[in-house]
Amino acid sequence: MRSRSSWSNRNAPGLCRHRSKPLAPGSAVRYILNQMVQHSKAAQLDAAFAALSDATRRGVLEQLGRADASITDLAKRFDMTLTGMKKHVGVLEHAGLVATAKVGRVRTCTLGQRRLDEVTAWIDRYRQLWSARFDELDHVIEELKQKQKERAPR
Amino acid sequence: MKNDTTVERKSEREVVITRTFNAPAHLVFEAWTKPELMRRWWVPKSSGLALLSCEMDVRIGGTYRFVFRHPSAPEGMAFFGKYVEVSPHSRLVWTNDESGDDGQLSTLTLEDRGDTTRIVLLEVYPSGAAYEAAKGSYDGMPESFDQLDELLAG
Repeated sequence: MRSRSSWSNRNAPGLCRHRSKPLAPGSAVRYILNQMVQHSKAAQLDAAFAALSDATRRGVLEQLGRADASITDLAKRFDMTLTGMKKHVGVLEHAGLVATAKVGRVRTCTLGQRRLDEVTAWIDRYRQLWSARFDELDHVIEELKQKQKERAPR
Repeated sequence: MKNDTTVERKSEREVVITRTFNAPAHLVFEAWTKPELMRRWWVPKSSGLALLSCEMDVRIGGTYRFVFRHPSAPEGMAFFGKYVEVSPHSRLVWTNDESGDDGQLSTLTLEDRGDTTRIVLLEVYPSGAAYEAAKGSYDGMPESFDQLDELLAG
């Protein structure tokens, strides 16, 4: 299903039919935005963004995006020692991306609630998404223009 | 040179996206309404996502469905909705139904200016609360959104 041809009208009509519950509002968009962040280079990042440069930590964030989890759960899922996972969670927590709370003997991790100027943040990221889309749309349109010229030269 | 994309929050439940393209409106409209063109720009390369399928039945009452996938989310995610208004080369209105009743209504207006086209994409959420929800919990990102700009640009 990974091949390019699988996207077409005739193919793959049944994909994702299992998703019967509505997603949280905007979650599909948010997913793309998250991927844009995580997929990009992390070299110039400050401490907070540097936390995203590690594959395990990104995995932990994705995991916590689906459901809260204890450090023990996370260590198991990522096949690593408790100490190793504690370090990763510590980095994420320091960056404000994850919050932890100890209930009884279990430390539960959730996605961080660090809030900045939310409106700016969201709008800015949303602009990045549309800007990236439109820059690629430019190429598509340029091609259409060329084709049109070829059809009607003058 | 790339044209600027602006994204502005107009009210508690409205966001407006604007952009100019260096082509007449009918070409821009074509790129928004043909799946084989849409799939080339709608999921930006910088997102690292793969578009699995792109079904579009562009007529009043017709539906669309985009399914995309990332290596870290093999189950895939879908954007889907219905076309409410289709006026060739000038206006396209569609719903965003993946969030149930909380999805936004998108209105694309194309203003033909000869060699260029100004587009305005208005997204109206059913309520301020739905808009807030769409921004989601992952906005709690760290400081330095300037750096995020660089990150996404790189």
